[in-house]
Amino acid sequence: MTITAERGARAVGKRPHTGPRRPRSQTSYALFLLPGVLAFLAVIIVPFLMNTGISFTEWSGIGSPKWTGLDNYRQLLDDSEFWASFRHSLFMVVAMAVVPTMIGLVLAAALFDYIGKHFGSRTAAVLRACFYLPQVLPIAVAGIVWSWILAPDNGSLNALLKAVGLGSWQQDWLGDPDVALYSVMGVMVWVQIGFPLVVFMAGLQRVDPQLYEAAELDGAGWWRRFWHITLPQIRPEIYVVLTWCTVAALKVFGAVYVLTKGGPGGATDVPSYFSFTTFFEKTQAGYGAAISTVLTVIILLLAMVGLKLQTRAEDAEEGARA
Amino acid sequence: MTAVRTEVRTRPRTALGRYPVLVALCIAALFMVLPFLIVAVNAVKSPAEYSQHGPLSLPKGLYLDGLKDFWQRVDYGQKLLNSVLISGSVAVLAAVLSLLNAYAIGIGRIKGRTWVLAFFVLANVLPQEALVYPLYYLSKQAGLYDTRLSVIIVFTVIQAAFGTYLLSSVLGQFPREIIEAARIDGANKWQVLWRIVVPVSRPTIGVLLVFFFIWTWNEFLLPLVMLISNDNQTVSVALGVLQGQRLMDATMTNAAALLGVLPAIVFFLVFQRTLTRGIAVGAVK
Repeated sequence: MTITAERGARAVGKRPHTGPRRPRSQTSYALFLLPGVLAFLAVIIVPFLMNTGISFTEWSGIGSPKWTGLDNYRQLLDDSEFWASFRHSLFMVVAMAVVPTMIGLVLAAALFDYIGKHFGSRTAAVLRACFYLPQVLPIAVAGIVWSWILAPDNGSLNALLKAVGLGSWQQDWLGDPDVALYSVMGVMVWVQIGFPLVVFMAGLQRVDPQLYEAAELDGAGWWRRFWHITLPQIRPEIYVVLTWCTVAALKVFGAVYVLTKGGPGGATDVPSYFSFTTFFEKTQAGYGAAISTVLTVIILLLAMVGLKLQTRAEDAEEGARA
Repeated sequence: MTAVRTEVRTRPRTALGRYPVLVALCIAALFMVLPFLIVAVNAVKSPAEYSQHGPLSLPKGLYLDGLKDFWQRVDYGQKLLNSVLISGSVAVLAAVLSLLNAYAIGIGRIKGRTWVLAFFVLANVLPQEALVYPLYYLSKQAGLYDTRLSVIIVFTVIQAAFGTYLLSSVLGQFPREIIEAARIDGANKWQVLWRIVVPVSRPTIGVLLVFFFIWTWNEFLLPLVMLISNDNQTVSVALGVLQGQRLMDATMTNAAALLGVLPAIVFFLVFQRTLTRGIAVGAVK
């Protein structure tokens, strides 16, 4: 549509940009949005509104849903399984957002500003590749790998502990309710580190090398360069990474499905897995929809805060440049 | 980390002082790849060898029957094909969709663009759990349930949401002079998009294609729900379901793990260059 409109305008000949042309050019940029908005409505908005609607009903997925108002939400308040799943989400945020961001920052700065400079960018690239590798692995496959490494009998980790004389540290890593959540957290840290690392290193390439050179000439050590140049310069990236990783942590599903199925005894259950089983195993669509609606509200609030912080950081940066 | 800090305080000037950092990072990197190595080593052991010597011994020979059995049992070739088809289509379609959106938002600077952008970010932020049941229900109604097309459509939109977000911010910093110059030379918006914006943003688009492909390949929840028949399942779903059922012995698990890991490593080697160009890079400075 846009093409024809534009071609038509051109065929008439190059006219100077006069009055009537201006509003036209505004609309034609908006036309580029049309496919995206339509697809978005069909795949995201409509299903999302449906889900919210279902959350006010009692429905097994067959027949017509029975309107029950806020009953599902009232039931959630008293559901200890629900609260436990959200508590576990906080642990996931630590494992998937907080820890990987911190490690990623130090690693990115060390690789970019230190290894890259003294040992060549090739060395830095190889090391970065190692850290990034788990990120390209399907979470289901990571789950297979780790559930076997963490297996109680003949698992690699227990075998390794035994081999180095730490046999007393052996655990049923995924089967012991006291340990399972931490095991899952450990796996998630391993999975996540690569993402912040790559984003931060990409961000660092944007930084003017003269800043570092000047700081180095002034005698600033690695730590001061990290604190006064690296951190402020890639603040927008830090907000992006923290926001996206926190959201990913709240949504974590595949790892739990493959590693523990929420067990043992609900010790690693998370809201997404809880809603999944409520939908498809207990066939309580209404209750499942209520769980996922609450999860959505929390995620949206967090994402808005993250976006706000990021916009502010970018504005501040632009202001500083100007 | 401790090594890094000590290094910093002493401010090494000699080549010797730099090595502890390198060694520390290498050990950390080794820890990251160790699980891959363990899987590779154990996937080529026979069950007898595994039960006798455990997971840490080096294989005595190359035992490939476990891999072959597993390949045939899950019809792995078909799963690979499904994954390639779904991820490839999604990557291309989502990149095009992102580009159109981002062009209007970042370069067109349409009115209310902040809101439009927030609207798209929503799609990537919304948990799939809040969409999964209606999508399952709607796709059944539309006759698209258990088709690869249903998954392609859904992920094109979900990935494009992230693409829009990223590309909009990159295109928002696009040098206006270039576009204005092209406009003065008589190029219309469509031509500006394809002849100027796309070539200049190629590094970012490349990164998006790679990410979309890998992310879609790795997706689990929606394909798990939408693709129930064996012929339509992706690699991730097929392996995840098997693992979830806990039907596998150690050799089988390793065969599954290795076959699941290999495509990831192949992408990684193939896409390494694109990834290293980074997200924030571009011809725009």
